[in-house]
Amino acid sequence: MEWLDNFWATYSTLLLSVGTNVLLALSIYLTLACGLLTVANAAFMAIGAYTAALLTLQTGTPFLLALILGALLPALVAMLIGRPTLRLSGVYLAMATLAFGEVVRILILNAEDLTGGALGLNGIAQLTTGFDVAFALIGALYVLLRFAGSRIGRAMAAIRQDEIATELMGLNVRAYKLFAFVLGAALAGLAGALNAHFTFFISPNEYGFERAVEILAMGVLGGTGSPWGAVLGGVVITLLPELLRGFGHYRPLINGVVLIVIIIYSPQGIWDLTRFIRRRHSGKPAVN
Amino acid sequence: MMLRLSSISKHFGGLQVLQEVSLTVPERGIVGLIGPNGAGKTTVFNLITGLLIPSEGTIDFLGQRLNGMASYQITRFGVARTFQNVRIFREMSVMENVLVAMGYQSNYSAASVLLPSPHLRRAQRREQEIARELLFKVGLADQADLLAGKLSYGAQRRMEIARALATGPKLLLLDEPAAGMNTVEKQQLMDEILKLHESRLSLLIIEHDMRFIMNLCKQIVVLNFGRLIAQGTPDEVRANPEVVAAYLGREDEPEIATVFMPS
Repeated sequence: MEWLDNFWATYSTLLLSVGTNVLLALSIYLTLACGLLTVANAAFMAIGAYTAALLTLQTGTPFLLALILGALLPALVAMLIGRPTLRLSGVYLAMATLAFGEVVRILILNAEDLTGGALGLNGIAQLTTGFDVAFALIGALYVLLRFAGSRIGRAMAAIRQDEIATELMGLNVRAYKLFAFVLGAALAGLAGALNAHFTFFISPNEYGFERAVEILAMGVLGGTGSPWGAVLGGVVITLLPELLRGFGHYRPLINGVVLIVIIIYSPQGIWDLTRFIRRRHSGKPAVN
Repeated sequence: MMLRLSSISKHFGGLQVLQEVSLTVPERGIVGLIGPNGAGKTTVFNLITGLLIPSEGTIDFLGQRLNGMASYQITRFGVARTFQNVRIFREMSVMENVLVAMGYQSNYSAASVLLPSPHLRRAQRREQEIARELLFKVGLADQADLLAGKLSYGAQRRMEIARALATGPKLLLLDEPAAGMNTVEKQQLMDEILKLHESRLSLLIIEHDMRFIMNLCKQIVVLNFGRLIAQGTPDEVRANPEVVAAYLGREDEPEIATVFMPS
């Protein structure tokens, strides 16, 4: 098993990143599946990361408890800001959640005594193992797949396609939206908490606008038809820059071109491309 | 009375869309709502289903005040509707469209979907059976697995009826159910509606096809420019000079009339 140890030693950081990014993609999938364009997930990730990191650093809280609280606090915040902001739709919702993200970043930046401000938090114990990430990922994926195949997933898809018709089917659209938003925040927080405990160091700028857009890109690229789409999106967005290392300085350029090409030729996301294959195998029309 | 609208007015800013409209639908009644384009018929439906809030007046359904109630709650009280311009979930199968409408009545909790269990499987299979029965009723049973967006326009309209029925209504509001249908389809639709009526459902129907509505309804309400101008049996309404004038006058100023139409 020596090769496995070597492999893990070389690629563990990358693999852990893939795992936490897929968690982030799943978190944005939840709101996208309801047709909500929110970009607050980077901020929820920050809240989760700082909560968990401060707990393990300063109070010696057990790692598992820190992870749980790192998921719970963003969920709580989402519940509070979700009520007013989820009345908005389209770009207005995007703007409101973007503003929320900036508020969180600047709060962390200025609460220097607690968060270390722009210098960030240093020396976070590297407690996250591959098992932790795998366990979180499989758990999240299991829950979302069960939802997707049930009346909850159906309601979300219905809201995405016609909100008014869904409401008139007797479904509480606002409650569903809030549920998706809060659960998404919890997943993003968990991803942040796990991520903080293998990167050793976190700072507010990791959770800014760029990260928010990156998370959104993972969700959109993968497609909102199924949680598997988010998985694909997360993996592709994380691995693509690595695979393009050979391009040197041109790497971000090629990266962007690849993403644009995918979006042009499969606007419903990569998962939609696999529909033809799935249809052939099941013999029934593939429905998302 | 099952449904009672009392002096309902609705204005959007300075635009008066409905003025002091009062109408009732009796238990097991089948009432037609007619009037030229822009008379405010769809606005009446939007007010009843909570998509709009009346500026004045009250709406009562089985002793329950509906004003200010959320749309989904009104549906749960037993008011379902179809739409003038179909509003279907295009990317879902016909079956799933109907299943969405049964969601709130599920006898399994949101949390229980997390674990596979015999109870869950049984409940879900039962839902599918009920949905299939409803689709059979509107003649769409063999198209259940088709994407809803791929259905013909007439079939989409019938699917909307099945979906409305799936919410378990006591009162069904149909907004131009026969639009775009040929004579044969209209006759089938009429038979279906009469069957629904026999199964203890009350109906309020907006329709432009006069023969259709006169044959179907025992009671007809006529709106013109947001006012109720006549009410009575088909024969009474047909003989009413104001109704005749409203319909003949329509040709003169169609532009003015369409201004009142809230999409």
